[in-house]
Amino acid sequence: MKKNFLKICALAAVVGFSSCTKDLDRMPTNSTTADIAYGSLQGYKQVLAKVYGSFALAGNNGTSTSDLAGIDPGQADFLRLFWNAQELPTEEAMCVWNDPGIPDFHNMNWTSNNVLLAALYNRALFHVTVANEFLRESTDDKIAARGFSGKDAEEIKTYRAEARFLRAFEYWVLMDLFANPPFVTEKDPIGKYIPPQTTRAELFKYIESELLAIEPLVVAARNNEYARVDQGAVWALLARLYLNAEVYLGKGNGKYTEAITYSSKVIAAGYSLKSDYKGLFLADNNTANPEIILPIVYDGVNTQNNGGTTFIINAAINGDMNPASFGVPGGGWGGNRSTSALPGLFADRSGATDKRAMFYGDKPEIVDVSQFAEGLRVVKYRNVTSTGVTPPAPGGSFSSVDFPLFRLAEQYLIYAEAVKRGGSGGNETTALGYLNALRERAYGNTSGNITSYNLDYILDERGRELYWEAFRRTDLIRFEKFTASGYVWPWKGGVRDGRGVESFRTIYPLPATDLTANPSLKQNAGY
Amino acid sequence: MKKFYRRLFTAVTALLLCAFSVQAQAQVSGKVTDAESGESLPGVSIQIKGTNRGTQTDAQGHYSISGTTPATVLIFSFLGKAPQEITVGTKQSIDVKLADDHRTLNEAVVIGYGVQKKKDVTGSITTISSKDFQKGTIQTPDQLIVGKVAGVAITSNSGQPGVGSTIRIRGGSSLNASNDPLFVIDGVPLSGSTINGAPNPLALINPNDIESMTVLKDAAATAIYGSRASNGVIMITTKKGKSGAPKITFNTNIGVGKITKKVDVLTADEFRQYVDSLGTPAQKALMGKASTDWQDQIYRTSISNDNNLSVAGAFKNMPYRISANFTNQTGVLITDNLKRSFLGVNLNPSFFDNHLKVNISAKGVISKAHYANQQAIINAVQFDPTQPVYDSASPFGGYFEWYSKDPATGTVTLNPNAPRNPVSLIRMQDNNSEVKRSYGNIEFDYKFHFLPDLRANLNLGYDVSQGSGTTFVPAEAGQQYTVGGQNNHFLQKMNNRVGEFYLNYVKSIPGIKSNINVLAGYGYYDNKTTNYNYPSYNAKGEVIEGSEPKFPLDIPQNTLISYYGRLIYTFDDKYIFAGSIRTDGSSRFAPENRWGVFPSAALTWRINRENFLKDARALNDLKLRLSYGITGNQDGIANYSYMAIYSTSSNSSMYQFGNNWYNMQAPAAYDKNIKWEQTETYNAGVDFAFLDDRLRGSVDAYWKKTKNLLNTVPIPIGSNFSNQILTNVGNIENKGVELNLEATPVEKGKFSWNVNFNLTLNQNKITNLTAVTDPSFVGNLTGGITGGTGQSIQIHSVGYNTFAYYVYKQVYDANGKPVEGVYEDLNKDGVINEKDMYRYKSPAPKVFLGFGTSLNYDRWSLSTSLRANLGNYMYNNVASNFGVRRNILNPLGLLNNSTTDIYNTNFFNNQYQSDYYVQNASFLRMDNLSLGYNFGSLFKNTAHLRLNASCQNVFVITKYKGLDPEISSGIDYNLYPRSRTFTLGANLEF
Repeated sequence: MKKNFLKICALAAVVGFSSCTKDLDRMPTNSTTADIAYGSLQGYKQVLAKVYGSFALAGNNGTSTSDLAGIDPGQADFLRLFWNAQELPTEEAMCVWNDPGIPDFHNMNWTSNNVLLAALYNRALFHVTVANEFLRESTDDKIAARGFSGKDAEEIKTYRAEARFLRAFEYWVLMDLFANPPFVTEKDPIGKYIPPQTTRAELFKYIESELLAIEPLVVAARNNEYARVDQGAVWALLARLYLNAEVYLGKGNGKYTEAITYSSKVIAAGYSLKSDYKGLFLADNNTANPEIILPIVYDGVNTQNNGGTTFIINAAINGDMNPASFGVPGGGWGGNRSTSALPGLFADRSGATDKRAMFYGDKPEIVDVSQFAEGLRVVKYRNVTSTGVTPPAPGGSFSSVDFPLFRLAEQYLIYAEAVKRGGSGGNETTALGYLNALRERAYGNTSGNITSYNLDYILDERGRELYWEAFRRTDLIRFEKFTASGYVWPWKGGVRDGRGVESFRTIYPLPATDLTANPSLKQNAGY
Repeated sequence: MKKFYRRLFTAVTALLLCAFSVQAQAQVSGKVTDAESGESLPGVSIQIKGTNRGTQTDAQGHYSISGTTPATVLIFSFLGKAPQEITVGTKQSIDVKLADDHRTLNEAVVIGYGVQKKKDVTGSITTISSKDFQKGTIQTPDQLIVGKVAGVAITSNSGQPGVGSTIRIRGGSSLNASNDPLFVIDGVPLSGSTINGAPNPLALINPNDIESMTVLKDAAATAIYGSRASNGVIMITTKKGKSGAPKITFNTNIGVGKITKKVDVLTADEFRQYVDSLGTPAQKALMGKASTDWQDQIYRTSISNDNNLSVAGAFKNMPYRISANFTNQTGVLITDNLKRSFLGVNLNPSFFDNHLKVNISAKGVISKAHYANQQAIINAVQFDPTQPVYDSASPFGGYFEWYSKDPATGTVTLNPNAPRNPVSLIRMQDNNSEVKRSYGNIEFDYKFHFLPDLRANLNLGYDVSQGSGTTFVPAEAGQQYTVGGQNNHFLQKMNNRVGEFYLNYVKSIPGIKSNINVLAGYGYYDNKTTNYNYPSYNAKGEVIEGSEPKFPLDIPQNTLISYYGRLIYTFDDKYIFAGSIRTDGSSRFAPENRWGVFPSAALTWRINRENFLKDARALNDLKLRLSYGITGNQDGIANYSYMAIYSTSSNSSMYQFGNNWYNMQAPAAYDKNIKWEQTETYNAGVDFAFLDDRLRGSVDAYWKKTKNLLNTVPIPIGSNFSNQILTNVGNIENKGVELNLEATPVEKGKFSWNVNFNLTLNQNKITNLTAVTDPSFVGNLTGGITGGTGQSIQIHSVGYNTFAYYVYKQVYDANGKPVEGVYEDLNKDGVINEKDMYRYKSPAPKVFLGFGTSLNYDRWSLSTSLRANLGNYMYNNVASNFGVRRNILNPLGLLNNSTTDIYNTNFFNNQYQSDYYVQNASFLRMDNLSLGYNFGSLFKNTAHLRLNASCQNVFVITKYKGLDPEISSGIDYNLYPRSRTFTLGANLEF
């Protein structure tokens, strides 16, 4: 028995403990490696979905997750952050919330510690990093090595061009808002790496070259699946880039001719204005919408999040406004409303003549900034379909309205402005035709038509046509009115009558967090 | 140890029987009993002084010795008891009561993979045995030693039944990895992972089964546990059977608890006055007519009942102990309830003339809980006191809620920005869970026949558990109204396995005055969890769209493999050298970083054994201990964070192309170089005992330096798939001094008085946080607070304490009131901005003290324990979030209540970052006051009965203005209040 026991001991020791070190190679259950993820065309498309989805969603697993830290997941998606940065420091919107970072916008006293600006910067560069990863994994060598050929390989190459577009778009955002961000491409590694800083001018060149390079590689305009990039989107971004070239490259370096060239290409591609302006911002704006060039898509069930159009709609209304009528019966957060300068752009703010004026409330003036009822509410976006149906959404607050990132009307306005600013290749007659097309849709007839226009008209008309679509800050800067004391709106700079602020505020500061983490960065002037 | 007595008793009795032929002169007989318990003591040695003649007591404690004269002096001695000398005189019968000997030096102390005599211990180790445990209603094992051990801070996380504690041994050694100590039960390390449905894993261990708890503090003691030892080790030894007739012990106690304090909010009248004087007409109209104290509505008197039955004895050669326990505890929060049933078996048979000892232990527990919705706690603070609990017109189950009704359509809209009715939150949520757990081990300890100095030990442990539960909320309840109620289910299974094998060789070599003790071993630890994923359902049982899980289950798993060795060399019983080394391999790291090496060395000098102290009779023990070692930490980090992996998004996070929705396949941030965090510990200590052990104690000084800190740090964005990552960067230091004193100032006849005191000074400091030294780096923000989104109040900065508060310096007016939004321009640049924020205090106490005393007189005993923390600060998030006008007169169409702090500040807007809210939370708490009475033997000696009455959480003295100054995170919000509990208990043995 004694011997047996010894034998058992020895056996247990041998069986139990030998070859155990292999047990240290544990693999996650539901996650995969790159080779498995990219093992099929479907797999490539799912990674591409992340490259696109990084616009719409903060994270991978529902509303409470975020790819990025340092901010509440509900506020961490691209559009909510971009919208705040583009709208809240302008006359178009002012928020009653006291959350960190928000009051800085209308006070125009943001610092490098503003959590919302840091989150936007992080989000844009995260999006770039995800696109870079896709590009690393979709080189000709990689797809050949993974056994793709023929149609499938061609398809992946198209995906690749789209990923390059999305990266170029985010670099445009970074160039426009932060001017001199760090720069990484698919050639740089993941891991211990310090991305070098680039300059606005270099970035401009890079974005331009990327867009021109992918122009022949993406699908022809209006020929791709809904919500995917095509040539129309490439041209539209080029037109927007060229229109603002003087801001990015300095006075005298305008590229208005190019702006005309590329906006004309979009206009000629077969897009047309959606017949009713209101329908552009409804839950079924993904159907029968010939105007949208590229949207960010949302769905109350499949793409749930607390940012995006869910944020734009819910923050614009409160419980007193019957949220159910906005398609968000469980919502109404009571945050954003306009300053009186926005309805002031309309001769008649009732919406009876210019139907684009979609306001709610009767107190345009904000006296007490904490009162949501002061300042007209903007009810441009509604989570109901054109037939009045609310799409399904658990909890009754998630929106199914797609956000028009690029739409034809902007291209009309770019064309007209570029012509006025001296670009060649276009003419004022055509421009007037485009501007009046917008007016006729707005008025439902020709009563609002114009016979001539100047640059100030363009700025005002952009306000009327594109308000709350995340354009205003860029527009005001191009018109040199963003920080100027000669153009003020209520509460500009944090005072009721408005005031000018330091001119360096046309560029946002690089976040303090990245300045610490990335020693190659130098802060923008003034901060 | 008693086992040893009994064996000794048998052997010696046999010898004595043979030698019992000495001639009789006179004869003395009597009985020897234990002075404390009154039990009879078998095997007590009785010797006639000056001779080698003697006898022993029998199994009933009786003895009889002949050949005495009136001048004969009898010496009664028994291991662990103070010997007594009695002159016989004319007496023929002498009954003796033997009291405990204070000489504890020969006590066995549990160390990693073995035991040591206390006198030989080289590390900083404190053992608390069952007689010194905290009394009263004890829910989890950690509460048994609260305030008893220097250097160990145990803070219960709240007043919820069965809730866990935050345990910090010598401060936290990490920032982002775990700071929890390793628990080892009967040699089997626990995984530390929590199972869903149980308030905490330690709540699944029956405190009544615990014989002793030993805290290993310095590296000399802990390094044998290598990678899991940086935060100290707590070893639990469970009770085992003893030879002899079965002994049945029955414990029962009943406790009644009540909250001691409520959050100080405006009463309904004060609230009305406030709104009437400052509100708009619309706001005044929102007020109701009731006067509701919402906190009274959600709290009640709790009742707990704990019954424990154990049978211990020996069946032939096999000692056994079986215990069963049933605990039923209600919480002070209405509907909260925890029921636990424990069953435990220990078998300790021996074979082959005791060459093979087998210890089998199996414990099982079923825990059933009904959880009250704890959101109600904070909602009761903020809910408008002029509103009624019930509202017959309310469509929300008859409970008042903030809602509006469209007069035209009748559409009801619940205000999404309003808090929900606290009573409804609890009453309209039915959250039940059940956890089953079984853990145990089988240990073979074999002393080789051909080489008895060599021992082989195989210890196989298991720990399986399953947690499941449901949460039901009816469709009409305000809390889940927008999704139509809730009917969710969860299921989680855990399977942890441990295998240990070691060889131990102990040899005395008297020729060179040496003793060697060598150990070499191997360990395998595998922790596997299976999480089942279910969709969310509404009350009708319909799936909530988008919640269908993408995968039916997930099985996270991690494995650790270890090799270890130790040498203890003792020379001349004076100098003890100990060295150990352990290497651990973890599945959490890439193969090239997988293995970590953790050595330690220690030296002990028993000074009182030196000749120059030979004559210092008052000195019973004087010992110097020096140690150094490196331990590791990998707990609390993700299982697969070194791998480049892709994860599929959930079904609510898809993206649309064309008419199809695609689950996103996303790369996750990773650090392929992630590795062990390492803590170096230096320790110097002195153990001492004076005056016949009446005064004894120890002093230790330690210095812990952690490097390769597992730290979540910002990384250059663009270099990975996140803006921050958990990686090895930074250093922190903990320095401290611990003092432990025990004294018996009085011990005279029936009266004795014992006192114990411990003091800990601990200071921690971050010495580095970044890969590249950057003086402009302010630090990593941490400590999220409520109010706004994404706000933090604490910071880790180089040169400061961990979790220091990062705030603006409040400016006060002439009356000492804080001025809203006015802060000091600390950097004097004329602008108040984030550059004026400063680090102000931190939550960790600089000094903590424990004090206990017991008075025994005859059958009565009175004891108390007190605890004090000094220099700890708290961020009062309740006041900062609610104590502002904007909260009462809310812009979002409702009214909320505020703390009375608003009368002091009159703040309009929240000033979250003001240092005004960082408040001194030093405190003195009487944890326990208890009175016991020992009835002694009853029913003709067949039974013993003891009764005791105790009060827990007797009082707290503090300047802190919030509910309770003791919250380990240092952020006070939504704390489940700790109640004051009165307990009556009985202990019956037969």
